[in-house]
Amino acid sequence: MIATDVDPRSARKVAAATRRAESNAFKNAKNRLTSRGATIAAIVIAVLWTIPTFGLFVTSFRPPADINTSGWWTVFANPALTISNYVNTLNFDDGGISVGQSFLNSLVIVIPATVFPIVIAALAAYGFAWINFRGKNLLFILVFSLQIVPIQVAISPLLSLFSTGLTIGNWAVFPGLNLNSVADSFARIWISHTMFALPLAIFLLHNFISAIPADIMEAARVDGAGHGQIFLRIVLPLSTPAIASFAILQFLWVWNDLLVGTIFTSGGNFPITKVITDLAGNFGQSWYLLSAGSFLAIILPLIVFFALQRFFVRGLLAGATKG
Amino acid sequence: MTAFFTWLAGLPPLLQIPVVIVAFAVVVGLILFFVEIAPRPGRVYTVIRLAVAVVVPAVVVLLLGVYNSAVWLVPVAAVLGGALFLLDFRSRGGKGYVLQLIAFMLPALALVLIGLAYPLIKTIGSSFFSNDSSRFVGLNNFAYIFSGGSGGLIDLINQIVWVLVTPVIATAIGLAYAVFIDKSHGEKVLKVFVFMPVAISFVGASIIFSFFYDYQQGNQIGLLNQIAVWFGGQPVNWLQTSPLNDALLIVILIWTQTGFAMVLLSAAIKGIPDEQQEAAELDGANAFQRFRNVTIPGIRPTIVVTWITISIVSLKVYDIIAATTQGQNGTGVISYDMVGLFNNLPPQTGTSSAEAVLLFILILPFLIFNANNIRKQRLGL
Repeated sequence: MIATDVDPRSARKVAAATRRAESNAFKNAKNRLTSRGATIAAIVIAVLWTIPTFGLFVTSFRPPADINTSGWWTVFANPALTISNYVNTLNFDDGGISVGQSFLNSLVIVIPATVFPIVIAALAAYGFAWINFRGKNLLFILVFSLQIVPIQVAISPLLSLFSTGLTIGNWAVFPGLNLNSVADSFARIWISHTMFALPLAIFLLHNFISAIPADIMEAARVDGAGHGQIFLRIVLPLSTPAIASFAILQFLWVWNDLLVGTIFTSGGNFPITKVITDLAGNFGQSWYLLSAGSFLAIILPLIVFFALQRFFVRGLLAGATKG
Repeated sequence: MTAFFTWLAGLPPLLQIPVVIVAFAVVVGLILFFVEIAPRPGRVYTVIRLAVAVVVPAVVVLLLGVYNSAVWLVPVAAVLGGALFLLDFRSRGGKGYVLQLIAFMLPALALVLIGLAYPLIKTIGSSFFSNDSSRFVGLNNFAYIFSGGSGGLIDLINQIVWVLVTPVIATAIGLAYAVFIDKSHGEKVLKVFVFMPVAISFVGASIIFSFFYDYQQGNQIGLLNQIAVWFGGQPVNWLQTSPLNDALLIVILIWTQTGFAMVLLSAAIKGIPDEQQEAAELDGANAFQRFRNVTIPGIRPTIVVTWITISIVSLKVYDIIAATTQGQNGTGVISYDMVGLFNNLPPQTGTSSAEAVLLFILILPFLIFNANNIRKQRLGL
């Protein structure tokens, strides 16, 4: 038997549901309309954001004669492309070092300057997280606060500390690194970058290391592991994601840095950002140099960015206060 | 240590990387090895602890080269190490506790102290002294800046404009973009376009935009001037036209920071429970109302963090000015200017320090806000 008579109440329900469905459909259409507008706005922003980069990128592949006589947008009408700008720029030497050498210098600066702060900060973060001592919270807040101290504030005293040391009265507390005569030492910039990175590194790694379950630590301790083994065998492997996030932030920060590089390197070991900045100052209209040069300077960060975007985003989300 | 770094500087650049990293790894390995065996009971380990406590401070003093100025410092360090051993021996946390704590904390704390805390205090001190640091001048350096000396006042005002304008616009565009692309097709791809500049150095960004703003006699090769020409206008030498050039330089920073704001805010938007949006929708709220009454309250803390972070970046920015106008035509900011004063021959230490202190004062509210936040967080734990 099929129930033919319909309960009036459920009929009302059906009607209400239908009305709601209709109004929903209407609302959805309206939403879709606004979201179409939103998509168009988003695409406009995306295009605006990309055009300047794209323009310089195209320019870097055009013959120098063309660059200075016609806009890069004309390339679509008469395409003439070359990679000679890159070859010339790599070998270009403005009385100091070539752009190619400065690329190597940046590499020599960035790798140790990423490894050192990670390891030193991981040690301290472990101390903050798993060893109890008096004044721990206050110390942590102090270290954390130093994170946003402008580097401008630190450069003058730090530079004189490196070169002439610290003297109070007649007593030389610290004689300096004695590297004034060693022109091309990277020691100063490695140490400076490590110092400046530590507050953020400690903060990020501490957040992660302190979240490791206490049971794991306890189990290791019962098995006879000391702090050394726990740190090496448990803490470091478990914090790989946090380490990766910070490593990418620090890599990009050091590679892209200009100020620390300007102050703490000299002639022979200028990083690429410094050399490109000097080129911009001295050869402001030599766009074949500047276009190729700036893309040489940003190619490695872009590769890192695209390959490891996930960790990069995680690092940004976790440590959004460093400038 | 000087000898090591001197020897290292003589090596080919690429060879220096593995050498210095291995040297570093050996030191860290020794620290960890000691930390591991320190708390073990037994006479052998006590002797090891004593030896480490006495020898390590003395060796550090030797390595830093301090003995050159004071030979007696080495034995003093050793004696202090011995005292440290006694303290450790009788510590409540068990034998080896203090030494372990020091091994974990001291490398980082010493570097932070030397690299940030000491320079901060030193710079504040220098700002009250004359440029050759020979005599106390009180607030004269600050008076000099505020009276417009070495472009100080304009640079300070510019700096404040940078800090006020950049975060507002970058956060606004970033938020709009994050909302526009939320849950749309190709959201990930669209994100990359705006996010990519975050990975580009300020130097690279400056050159990208210098080219965009380029001015030529005759044919224009900079797109901005070409657009002006297409619309029948006259090309303008943008970066030499004050105060427009300041705005155009701020655009560069906004361009790099918007992606950062977008990613942070996008993540926050995704953190708002769907039910809230649906409930608002059922109540008949339109897209804009939902944005104002559901999205914004849900992400307010993230907006504050984004805004603060970008403010801090705009305070410190040095690279954009260095790679574009070098402070010419009224574009100077104190974070750039102070480096120039410091690099002068002879260095204008007093004025330069005073500008650095002004920079620090500008950053102080953010520092206090952050410190307060983290304090609350830790007490809440």
